[in-house]
Amino acid sequence: MAEVSAGRTGSSAAPRAVAEEKRLNMVQALNEALADEMARDETVLVMGEDVGPDGGVFRVTEGLIERFGNKRVLDTPLAESGIVGSAIGLCVGGFRPVCEIQFMGFIYPCLNQLCSHAARLRNRSRGTFAVPMVVRMPYGGGIRPPEHHSESYEAMLANTPGLKVVIPSDPYEAKGLLIASIRDDDPVVFLEPKRIYRAFRQAVPTAPYEIPLGEARVAREGSDVTVIAYGAMLQVALASAKKAEAEGISVEVVDLRCIVPLDVQTFVDSVVKTGRAVVLHEGPRTCGVGAEVAAAIGENALLSLLAPVERVTGFDTVFPGALLETHYLPHEERVLAAIRRTIDY
Amino acid sequence: MPITDVYSATTRRIEILDKDGKVDEALLPSELDDATLQRALELMMRMRAFDEKALTMQRQGRIGTYGSMRGQEAAQAGLALAIEPDDWLVPSIREQGVLEACGVPMRHWFGFCKGDERMAVFPGVNALTPSIPVGSQLLHAAGIGMALELRGEATAAIGFAGDGATSEGDFHEALNFAGVFNARTLFFIQNNGWAISVPITQQTRSATIAQKAHAYGIEGVQVDGNDVLASYVASRDALRKVRAGEGPVLIEAVTYRMESHTTADDHTRYRSADEVAYWAERDPIKRMRAYLEGRGLWDETRHEATLKKLGDDVEAEVARLEDNAPPPPTDIFDHMYSAMPETLRAQRQALLDEIAVRGGNGANHG
Repeated sequence: MAEVSAGRTGSSAAPRAVAEEKRLNMVQALNEALADEMARDETVLVMGEDVGPDGGVFRVTEGLIERFGNKRVLDTPLAESGIVGSAIGLCVGGFRPVCEIQFMGFIYPCLNQLCSHAARLRNRSRGTFAVPMVVRMPYGGGIRPPEHHSESYEAMLANTPGLKVVIPSDPYEAKGLLIASIRDDDPVVFLEPKRIYRAFRQAVPTAPYEIPLGEARVAREGSDVTVIAYGAMLQVALASAKKAEAEGISVEVVDLRCIVPLDVQTFVDSVVKTGRAVVLHEGPRTCGVGAEVAAAIGENALLSLLAPVERVTGFDTVFPGALLETHYLPHEERVLAAIRRTIDY
Repeated sequence: MPITDVYSATTRRIEILDKDGKVDEALLPSELDDATLQRALELMMRMRAFDEKALTMQRQGRIGTYGSMRGQEAAQAGLALAIEPDDWLVPSIREQGVLEACGVPMRHWFGFCKGDERMAVFPGVNALTPSIPVGSQLLHAAGIGMALELRGEATAAIGFAGDGATSEGDFHEALNFAGVFNARTLFFIQNNGWAISVPITQQTRSATIAQKAHAYGIEGVQVDGNDVLASYVASRDALRKVRAGEGPVLIEAVTYRMESHTTADDHTRYRSADEVAYWAERDPIKRMRAYLEGRGLWDETRHEATLKKLGDDVEAEVARLEDNAPPPPTDIFDHMYSAMPETLRAQRQALLDEIAVRGGNGANHG
């Protein structure tokens, strides 16, 4: 994948005028975020399967156990419910655990802990107890793995009140959003687009920085149509925008960053300006994030619309095996076709 | 190549006070002075008085669904006598007795059963809000115990569950995590014989629940759960070990649920009157009273006076419960997140606008 522009617009982007930067891929940026926060706050723990000497199956936790020891980095038994459930207890006991679930396809065993407890403890204790936990997990397709290793269940989690759902789209975003997630006092599910874990490097400030949760950004300015995306699909959106430009179509791209809290204002403002919208994600279509975004556009920008809101999404199917995944995953041509439909309407 | 035994274990059971009120003097803990023995009986009587009131109030429609703890007073009172103020309690839905004994005013439990979420926060103790998804809370107790171990605090986290919960995966994951991380956790399992309608014999083929602890490398002990002295001794020893960071412990208190699972259940559909009568003979309060009377520490006059005082205490709690104004409708929104998201703020405002239009306090609609 091509080098992406580090250029950012929109009021929410963190200041770029920093003294030191390193060129990092997303895995390295996430690793820096974890190390920075563990160094800053001794209540921050990292826990999960193979997060110790192995450094995690994608190496996001590499070097942490050597630096912080086995009381800060807990290699846990192989049990997702055990990881999230005991992390809730650790939160009550004064820690801020960052859990790793090895793949999003394996979250079902911990959903009871995540949805019945982590998401609800603050409410059911009337604010007496908080769950300042991050549950990190690689999500999405594009690496041709075995079954259950490519899922995108963000809509399911976004439909669970009490959770925050954060999805970075590049290394810079990954570091700032993970740091903000760790410092946040609510349970955050942090979805890492594994397809672009090592796809490209980007200038990332050495010093810690936060990207506030719940603030989307305009990743590319344009005037004819708005493409709303997040995670790995943001790169597809940007590449599609570049191709559309060659056809004389000016595409604005909005990176949602967070599904919860959802920043409706930023994408509505964009659609009011452009009059056209394409929502892009790789999770299934029906009741997906795209449906929510389209509804919000309908509620807030109906009279600005020059064409129906287009959805480019995964199908309402099981994520296919490796030989068929390129047919499933939204790609540039599919996005371009949707862009053209909004123009030609 | 020899064949060897690689592991074997035995599971102990502790009984001190038999069903007729006779005590095994050799096992009677010397630190239990007369006043403490009397307090043990009073705690159990208090639990029963509140329990009876709750059942009555449920029938009158003054609280919602209620799970009685009748029959389990000894298990909870014995444990309560061994709990220190800093210990953590991670209750399920039948731990009102031990919470009361630790100082939680019972209007809080009644309020919890009424659907007043404000009341499910327990003052004066380190206790989580009762957990309804069966067995899931044991992992929270394991996690709190891990936190205590990481910080080296001489405190215990006590996780509660019943026999049915031991079939849930989270029970096993909790024991396993506690074992691996040497959590300062006591798993206090009240085996009351029934998980709604399913008897313990259909819940597990194990002879005991206590023995399941051995599989996770932690200590497991069984007690006569209708014997307040046995429950105390097992809890005292377990909590000493747990607080010292010498490993988690599981206590199985074998007791009996004298009432239905909750007020929404009818136990006559699935168990015999003979079985209930068998356990009524083994009532925890009856045997402790007989023991104390035999020692001259209790008599009819004291018993009546205690019941009278408990009646007054119960009524005072109910009065305070029913003095509570209902929570404001905005309580639905106000504790969901550390800071309220915009989308939620809009929904909150929409509810307030709706209430303003229909007038009144918003408690009713239509």
